[in-house]
Amino acid sequence: MLDLASVDTPRNRLLSVLLLAGLLVSWEVVIRVFGIAPFILPAPSAVAQALWRGFANGPFLQHTLTTVAEVLLGFIFGSAVGLVLGVGIALNRHIAYFVYPYIVMFLSMPKVALAPLIVLWFGLGITSKIVTAALVTFFPVMVNTIAGLNAADRDGIDLIRSLGGTERQIFTMLRLPAALPMIVAGLEIAMTLSLIGTVVAELIGAEQGLGMLMQSMNFSMDTAGVFSILIVLAIVGLVLNQALKSARRRMIFWENAGRASSTPSRRASPATEVENTLAVSR
Amino acid sequence: MDDRISQDQRTPYRASSPNFSAAPGAHPSAIHVSALCKTYGTDDTGVMALDDINLDIRAGEFVTVVGPSGCGKSTLMRMIAGLIAPSRGEIRLGGDIVRGTRRDIGIVFQSPVLFPWRTVLENVLIPIDVQRRGRQQNLPKARDLLAMVGLADFAHRYPAELSGGMQQRVGIARALVNDPAILLMDEPFGALDAMTRENLNVELQRLWQSNGNTVLLITHSISEAVFLADRVVVMTARPGRIAEVLEIDLPRPRTLEMMGSTAFGHYVNRIRTHFGAKGAD
Ligand SMILES: Nc1ncnc2c1ncn2[C@@H]1O[C@H](COP(=O)(O)OP(=O)(O)O)[C@@H](O)[C@H]1O
Ligand SMILES: [Mg+2]
Repeated sequence: MLDLASVDTPRNRLLSVLLLAGLLVSWEVVIRVFGIAPFILPAPSAVAQALWRGFANGPFLQHTLTTVAEVLLGFIFGSAVGLVLGVGIALNRHIAYFVYPYIVMFLSMPKVALAPLIVLWFGLGITSKIVTAALVTFFPVMVNTIAGLNAADRDGIDLIRSLGGTERQIFTMLRLPAALPMIVAGLEIAMTLSLIGTVVAELIGAEQGLGMLMQSMNFSMDTAGVFSILIVLAIVGLVLNQALKSARRRMIFWENAGRASSTPSRRASPATEVENTLAVSR
Repeated sequence: MDDRISQDQRTPYRASSPNFSAAPGAHPSAIHVSALCKTYGTDDTGVMALDDINLDIRAGEFVTVVGPSGCGKSTLMRMIAGLIAPSRGEIRLGGDIVRGTRRDIGIVFQSPVLFPWRTVLENVLIPIDVQRRGRQQNLPKARDLLAMVGLADFAHRYPAELSGGMQQRVGIARALVNDPAILLMDEPFGALDAMTRENLNVELQRLWQSNGNTVLLITHSISEAVFLADRVVVMTARPGRIAEVLEIDLPRPRTLEMMGSTAFGHYVNRIRTHFGAKGAD
């Protein structure tokens, strides 16, 4: 992770705001000077207007709530399945043996490509969105759960075992808490992917939701509207991720302890890289 | 992993008392090792880690084991702890054959092995939690031990807030919290700087003198081995064998100044002859 705290000074904050203002102003100026058609690239003022109208007397709020509900439900179901499967695979070699081939196959497949099928099977309603979101969500949670549960060091396991501890105690006292940072890292990726999955499914076919709204605006060449939805999606993603980040700080409280001395740095998660690659190359 | 002792084999020890019951009509040694061999892997292709180890340790004795890397020191310790099974030979603790892990052994590893989500005090209580002895009754003991290792004020800190030497002190307090008859230490100070290490040696001696546990301490350092031991077991590698067992006849409590004495130097040189010019490393 980049360490930006050291350059986060009041002066730089001001500069950052000025930079944004400068960008928006030059964007506006370019549109007006060159007379670019609004359906190709709308001016920032037009986007702001569309955003305002959409929420003040339009349907934005309702569609936003639908999308957020789909994202959260898909996230919850997908993560739960990922967690259970991950624990099963990490603890039981038989489960691992039979499930692993499918995981390897699934690993290299862009899961969102299943969205058309899922919309076909589960219809235009909210269910197909939740299923798509759950499908893209469960994978990073499962992979990180497996990796996390295997991350406990041998001496720690031997310590509990030497005291006459059971496998169950090794799991609850050591392996699970030791896995928590990686599991939560998996959840963070999963949240982002859940939003992607939901929107893709909505774009394919839906009765409600921001993706569906964006699609219909695209058809009617309301490009400013499309931009305003993109902004809403960005904000939704940001809020969901911040919520998880603050949950992380509370769940993995020991990461905050002794930050000055020798806090173990956050592990790079294998799922992060895999899923990021897939999300980008989709 | 096949050399790990299976669940059912270790069950008989579950209910055993925290202290050794002497076998009838005898004064069994605290640790008795006879004709012990360990081969990792299969017999023909495997690595012979230990070959014919015989050792007898009295109750309350402080024995150190010194030898080069790979001579099987950790293997010996893990077999005494019941974590892995011998290939041949047997180990008896207080007269009972070791068939698996038991409840009356304390272990200190080279790394402190603290759980970062537990406070220092909670880390000391890990054996109490594992063996369900009840935190409330054992809290005073845990606090006493923390005080003895000079960490009374750090009870509610997290391990990440402690220096390496302090972390290892917590590990030692933890190993003693359930009053183990035997304390096994595998290069406990190997990762520490020389000054911290010497201080901890003095502290460990003091703890041992007031607690009276039987201690088996593995080390790379010849002077550490001599400083702490009633007897030093000198091992050589490939296959791991005992080359000599040396009685250290220096008065207790030993002080760091004694390390400069001729008697001390004599012991160190004597052990060094087993390792040629390169020392135990
Ligand atoms: N689990 C294992 N599997 C196979 N070989 C091992 C295992 N543990 C240790 N060995 C081998 O046994 C020998 C003794 O190892 P160890 O007891 O760790 O030595 P030491 O602690 O003296 O450095 C070494 O050659 C090591 O490579
Ligand atoms: Mg070793």
